[in-house]
Amino acid sequence: MTVMEQRGAYRPTPPPAWQPRTDPAPLLPDAEPYRVLGTEAAAGADPELLRRLYAELVKGRRYNAQATALTKQGRLAVYPSSTGQEACEVAAALVLEERDWLFPSYRDTLAVVARGVDPVEALTLLRGDWHTGYDPHAHRVAPLSTPLATQLPHAVGLAHAARLKGDDVVALAMVGDGGTSEGDFHEALNFAAVWQAPVVFLVQNNGFAISVPLAKQTAAPSLAHKAVGYGMPGRLVDGNDAAAVHEVLADAVRRARAGGGPTLVEAITYRVEAHTNADDATRYRGDAEVETWKQHDPIALLERELTGRGLLDEAAAESVRQDAETMAADLRARMNQDAALDPMDLFAHVYAEPTPQLLEQREQLRAELAAEAEPEGTQ
Amino acid sequence: MTTVAVKPATMAQALTRAMRDAMAADPSVHVMGEDVGTLGGVFRITDGLAKEFGEDRCTDTPLAEAGILGTAVGMAMYGLRPVVEMQFDAFAYPAFEQLLSHVAKTRNRTRGKMPLPITIRVPYGGGIGGVEHHSDSSEAYYMATPGLHVVTPATVADAYGLLRASIASDDPVVFLEPKRLYWSKDAWNPEEPTAVEPIGRAVVRRSGRSATLITYGPSVPVCMEAAEAAQAEGWDLEVVDLRSLVPFDDETVCASVRRTGRAVVVHESGGFGGPGGEIAARVSERCFHHLEAPVLRVAGFDLPYPPPMLERHHLPGVDRILDAVGRLQWEAES
Repeated sequence: MTVMEQRGAYRPTPPPAWQPRTDPAPLLPDAEPYRVLGTEAAAGADPELLRRLYAELVKGRRYNAQATALTKQGRLAVYPSSTGQEACEVAAALVLEERDWLFPSYRDTLAVVARGVDPVEALTLLRGDWHTGYDPHAHRVAPLSTPLATQLPHAVGLAHAARLKGDDVVALAMVGDGGTSEGDFHEALNFAAVWQAPVVFLVQNNGFAISVPLAKQTAAPSLAHKAVGYGMPGRLVDGNDAAAVHEVLADAVRRARAGGGPTLVEAITYRVEAHTNADDATRYRGDAEVETWKQHDPIALLERELTGRGLLDEAAAESVRQDAETMAADLRARMNQDAALDPMDLFAHVYAEPTPQLLEQREQLRAELAAEAEPEGTQ
Repeated sequence: MTTVAVKPATMAQALTRAMRDAMAADPSVHVMGEDVGTLGGVFRITDGLAKEFGEDRCTDTPLAEAGILGTAVGMAMYGLRPVVEMQFDAFAYPAFEQLLSHVAKTRNRTRGKMPLPITIRVPYGGGIGGVEHHSDSSEAYYMATPGLHVVTPATVADAYGLLRASIASDDPVVFLEPKRLYWSKDAWNPEEPTAVEPIGRAVVRRSGRSATLITYGPSVPVCMEAAEAAQAEGWDLEVVDLRSLVPFDDETVCASVRRTGRAVVVHESGGFGGPGGEIAARVSERCFHHLEAPVLRVAGFDLPYPPPMLERHHLPGVDRILDAVGRLQWEAES
């Protein structure tokens, strides 16, 4: 039968392979960032959790200040501060169970410390005596990732592997707004959704990728909206509201644990300090903007809630400050000791067994060091 | 080639068998890549694995090489032993950031606390009439990256043995498969397959006294042919099959060159910045007083891989190899 003969019976149809897809509506983020503090939702928040968050925020702020001071004293090569972003850093760490995994970026040493890693080990990379200073398996914290967004597919693979093994493990991966432009962000979210991997992606939208504002980074309605294209829910949260960040992340972790697949969380926050101590933020933003954000400070927001509800008195606040000072003093004292360096370590871990070529080079360096150690004129 | 002959097998069959045996022996071995499941891979190297071990063990991934290798890193962090297939040499490039910044560095970065036992299989090289982006020799990129092993078989038995050893290795291995040898046949006894260990040992494929051809992968059979043809010219050539570019077997290579006093490095990869420069330098540094002539290179030209109708002019062939051998200053001897 020719097409001409068929014509009378022909009814237009969609392409044969087309099927109605998932309804995108439930995946869409809320119109406004979700908030708890200062809203009706605050009444439902667990007072113990709020007090714990507060203590960690204060400690986190002090940690950031101490680390920045250490750069000025030459004890750290560089420090990318998370001052102003402590709510995200702390909530990301607290929301996980011990068996879960955290995948931090280079700005997330506070989350690493809040997860239980020794601050000196967390800062090894930035001190420069080695790269990763902690054993990733000890606290289930992946190495701090400097190449942007490259840690996201790692989180997906790890979560996928855990699920294949039948283990109840969730991976939480952290990335910044700039990192969402990287190809690895796209590939990680796509793999996670296709595999329904138990992963939570936390984007800290702190306004800037070094100097470049978000408007030059994306034309998306929000970063959370990007989730919809992958078929996973996107959540938008006030990143300076520690109770809200904790709740949204806890929901996402619960969902992942229950087999519901990945979630993308965009936390709206602000990088109060420059990109690092080596950066000059006055070249790309004004003081007025920074001041506006200081009025929306994560510690102040939580403190107002706690004191307003009688959950924090001056004595308790003082005790929290004292704990933070103790942590800072300990960190300062230990970072002021010179790091123990063994140049032979350079060759020890490139491979399980050094190659013959590395063994030769190790002997070369050993001989050079021995010659250096010889007193002048003994040859 | 001296293996006990039971029946001829192809390199493709040996590679498939290596993965099958590794998966059967160790439940942590997972194969992943584009089209590796239902289809069995575009070269059919993973044929039957998904059927035998299930799609969780042999997984068709989304089409994204950085995502494939990046998720393999995460799987290895959790104790799995991923075997990743990159569909073609030139399609592996999107994964370079994961390879260079994580796969190669994570053991060192973590002082050995987080080894990444990942095998990355890459069909490479030309000679199959492939159109653009299907015939690259990418080994120099991998060789230049500390933390990676770079392995390439030239025989059926080695294909099995080196792939088993690579999968068993606790270090990441870039396993370069000479795609034009996939269907080459060799006498091989698949009833007694064995791993070739340790990774990093070259082998003398043909003994000779006049000069050494140092080569690997797809150029090994070409050099063997050249060595046969050279007999007519009165040259008795030795052929060293490197098998592993990293680690590099200085010992076997230099022992051969010290015996013969002359050497030609042969590979498809471009000569400028290619493996041959490194090999020639190593030989010159170590065997200078044994050399009767400069170490020569027969390599692909320094150009983007040619279109298939012109590739025969680019690839090192028997005549070009014999020309190089002829330039090894024989007149100085007489």
